[in-house]
Amino acid sequence: MSTTTSLAPDGATLPVFYETEEHAHADGASTMLGFWIYLMSDCLIFAVLFATYGVLGGNYAAGPSPKDLFDLPLVAVNTSMLLLSSITYGFAMLAMEKGRIRSLQIWLAVTGLFGLAFIGIELSEFSHMIAEGATPQRSAFLSSFFTLVGTHGLHVSCGLVWLATLMIQVSRKGLIPANRRRLMCLSMFWHFLDIIWIGVFTFVYLMGMLR
Amino acid sequence: MTADAAPHESGHHGHGESHGSQKSYLIGFVLSVVLTAVPFWLVMTGTLDSKLGTALAIMVLAAVQIVVHMIYFLHMNVRSEGGWTMMALIFTLVMVVITLSGSIWVMYHLNINMMPGHDMSQMP
Repeated sequence: MSTTTSLAPDGATLPVFYETEEHAHADGASTMLGFWIYLMSDCLIFAVLFATYGVLGGNYAAGPSPKDLFDLPLVAVNTSMLLLSSITYGFAMLAMEKGRIRSLQIWLAVTGLFGLAFIGIELSEFSHMIAEGATPQRSAFLSSFFTLVGTHGLHVSCGLVWLATLMIQVSRKGLIPANRRRLMCLSMFWHFLDIIWIGVFTFVYLMGMLR
Repeated sequence: MTADAAPHESGHHGHGESHGSQKSYLIGFVLSVVLTAVPFWLVMTGTLDSKLGTALAIMVLAAVQIVVHMIYFLHMNVRSEGGWTMMALIFTLVMVVITLSGSIWVMYHLNINMMPGHDMSQMP
């Protein structure tokens, strides 16, 4: 890549070397790093939303406060759904490593069901809150709450669509390198969302009950 | 977790992360269940009398759980992708810390100064 013209100690010009062709990169060799950097940018989005919640989370505008709204046992159930889906995705990856397509598909399906349960519980929580008049328009606290938790839920929903797509891809084309790569990217995405949820249940729900 | 300890892993298309084993996933799962159950228990039963103490405890537990997830589920280590994933992570963490602490600190002081009843005419 680089062209160097340097002088030897005696003043003679050394030969110049060019690299006319880049050395070959395997197909998708940089995908994992690229996807990791995408996840880090996603992490910054969540950091900004957490900061917004941190700033606005105490402004109830004489409306409901976390203590009036949050149901901790329900959040605990929700958290366990996401934790279980994380380990079942791990088992799916182990099945992929061993080339067992059938067990991979079963674990992916189980992961998808846990993810659906998570989204279902979250939506029912949201609908209860909205039915009680705790809509995003009610106060700054509720606006930032729905934005933060809703963005996480949206990510999980996208992950579910991705998961379903990959199950179809694997059943049609088998464990080709591209499908393995996609499954590994989704693995990172899924575990990353679990990490974000740790922040959500700690800062939003548990700290909210302590306010 | 460290199946391929080879320092040069270009023959392995670049990424040095392994996929863990059944055992490492189970260890990670058990640790994260404990690290989730304890903060919920602390808040729901109010075992620690002080709110500040409980808040600090659950924050520490959350930080530990994040590290556990990174090691056992995301298989983070300093060697994957020649260290670039770790570099990206460290850079992101710096940005996250600046964003969070900066916004909360600035807005906290703004809120204090905007408190109703804070009489600006008394200011020098």
